[in-house]
Amino acid sequence: MSGDSFVRVEEVSFSYGDRPVLREINLSIPRGRVVAIMGGSGCGKTTLLRLIAGQLRPSSGRIKVAGEEVGKMRQNELYALRKRMGMLFQFGALFTDLSVFDNVAFPLREHTDLSEALIRDLVLMKLQAVGLRGAWNLTPNALSGGMARRVALARAVALDPALIMYDEPFTGLDPISLGVIGQLIRRLNDALGATSIMVTHDVQESLLMVDYIYFISEGSVVAEGTPEEIRVSRDPFVEQFVCAKADGPVSYHFPAPDMAIDFGMAAL
Amino acid sequence: MTRLAVVFAAVFRRIGRETIDRVWRLGYASRFFLALLCRSGAVCARHRLLFREVWFSGVLSLIIILVSGLFVGLVLGLQGYEILQRYGSAQALGTMVALSLLRELGPVVAALLFASRAGSAITAEIGLMKTTEQLKAMDMMAVDPVARVVAPRFWGGVISMPLLAALFSAMGIFGGWLIGVVLIGVDDGAFWSSMQASVDFRHDVWNGLVKSFIFGAAVSLIAVFEGYDAEPTAEGVSHAITRTVVTSALAILALDFVLTSFMFRGVS
Amino acid sequence: MNRSAMDLWVGIFVAASMVALLFLALKVSSFSGIRAEDTYRIAARFDNIGALKIKAPVRSAGVLVGRVASIRFNDETYEAEVEIRVDNRYRFPKDTFASIYTAGLLGDQYVGLEPGGDEQYLADGDQIVKTQSAVVLEKLIGQFLFSKAAESQADSASPPR
Repeated sequence: MSGDSFVRVEEVSFSYGDRPVLREINLSIPRGRVVAIMGGSGCGKTTLLRLIAGQLRPSSGRIKVAGEEVGKMRQNELYALRKRMGMLFQFGALFTDLSVFDNVAFPLREHTDLSEALIRDLVLMKLQAVGLRGAWNLTPNALSGGMARRVALARAVALDPALIMYDEPFTGLDPISLGVIGQLIRRLNDALGATSIMVTHDVQESLLMVDYIYFISEGSVVAEGTPEEIRVSRDPFVEQFVCAKADGPVSYHFPAPDMAIDFGMAAL
Repeated sequence: MTRLAVVFAAVFRRIGRETIDRVWRLGYASRFFLALLCRSGAVCARHRLLFREVWFSGVLSLIIILVSGLFVGLVLGLQGYEILQRYGSAQALGTMVALSLLRELGPVVAALLFASRAGSAITAEIGLMKTTEQLKAMDMMAVDPVARVVAPRFWGGVISMPLLAALFSAMGIFGGWLIGVVLIGVDDGAFWSSMQASVDFRHDVWNGLVKSFIFGAAVSLIAVFEGYDAEPTAEGVSHAITRTVVTSALAILALDFVLTSFMFRGVS
Repeated sequence: MNRSAMDLWVGIFVAASMVALLFLALKVSSFSGIRAEDTYRIAARFDNIGALKIKAPVRSAGVLVGRVASIRFNDETYEAEVEIRVDNRYRFPKDTFASIYTAGLLGDQYVGLEPGGDEQYLADGDQIVKTQSAVVLEKLIGQFLFSKAAESQADSASPPR
């Protein structure tokens, strides 16, 4: 995938302390597309999103968003960049002391000088887009998981961002909410002309709606392709993931010493 | 013998590690305090935020402060009368009640109550916002959590504390008056005039307010720091709340000793 | 949380605190600190000031008229030099008598001023000539015992009957 890429990740390594998470990873996200990054739990997918947003800095390598290098930005430059980014957190991360309306209005009030009447119209429009205009005066505790996710989505797109990132948008949702969120992600991306990066491990739902998929395992990209390519792929890792096999390249067992030693049979 | 040496070595290693850990945290807290002060500008511009925090830490602590103040005053009245009448100077009851409240009990007890009511609530609130990724979400929306969440809570506490201490002292003096004058029958005029003659506004009332201002700053700083630094789990937040109350209490009592020896030394 | 209700509560909180502060300022305490600009200085030398401290009250006829500003030891005359700040509203004759008294049996010590009959008044920087030192209890007891001993010695010296 070459050409007009909005986000480029080049040779990026990252480690928490002395535990390496990403190893010289390369990705490229084209403008206007929805790209999924998949992999097992704890393989560094979320870390990758936070690196792109500049909340973490890579140990080595370069991350470019819209041509600018994120890793070298100062705080105010980062904040200027993030005003053009939206992020949906795993469980929504709505502000619990604000109502649904105030949550969606939050970025508008913080970053624009719009009148309260205009903010009201904008917020109701965003809520309408996620189908929750009627819930504007509820508090976040009164929302179900799927509804909270949709409100958070409305908040993430409040400033019409150029890049929207989703951290596990499907986790813990029932099949209906799951389908709703999936369609919303696609619709919003196309309607706003934005670029979307989605981190997930839900293969079936993602295959239906994304343009391109990267598979990550142990900190590096092991497979990539369009949904069609992935479905017919003979790559053992992809096969294991798509068909949900327990064992394969991703080992069922946590690395352990030889069984004979642990059970004391080596001495016999 | 060697066994003992091993145990000693382990104990010393542990003490050393703990000490280094404490010093590390102290350094981090100082840096945090500096960052907090530098980013407090927004608090002046957004006084609605500050208002909410004065409400949260001041108004919500009002009941406990008033009731405790009254009871402390009642006890002081009873005990003070019992001791003073042995020396035939029951008229000095007003002086004794007022001086002990204004100089010591008012600022110290009000600050201890403030730490366990408002301080723990602030830690819980910020810790919960961290656990549910609200702080990260805010940072992603290009809003600085230190300026938006931490600074208003800190200044709200700093403003509330002297007001609460003044209310506590006033309530306590009223309690002492109830016991001394209404119940026991000390002369009303002597009660107030002996008090007024020996309580100096600048020396006693003002110094007490300065004390409570410093206690308020210390407790608020500890509360916001522990919340911000809490491990983002339910267990981590509960530990942080405990640490807030314990550290605040120690800080209040230690600071009180230092301040008292500065303010009231050698001058009668 | 209703915003206007919150404002009301904060208003009540601040108002109540202000009332408490006013109560502490007006009913509980007094502004005993006479401002330095409204005073004039008088020096007085004492042989012994006892336990007199800085900021101790200066009274005349029992009324507070000033405070002790500083206490120094003069190593030429071996006397204590006490500087007093007296409220501008009060004037004292040149031959005013300054003594150090104790409030009650165990109370703090203060400076008492007893006016004389001079036509001229003390001005800023003047010195009080006539002073009386603090009564030192040990000295008093010592003197008392000494005189008693002398008495009994005199008694025993007289021939027995």
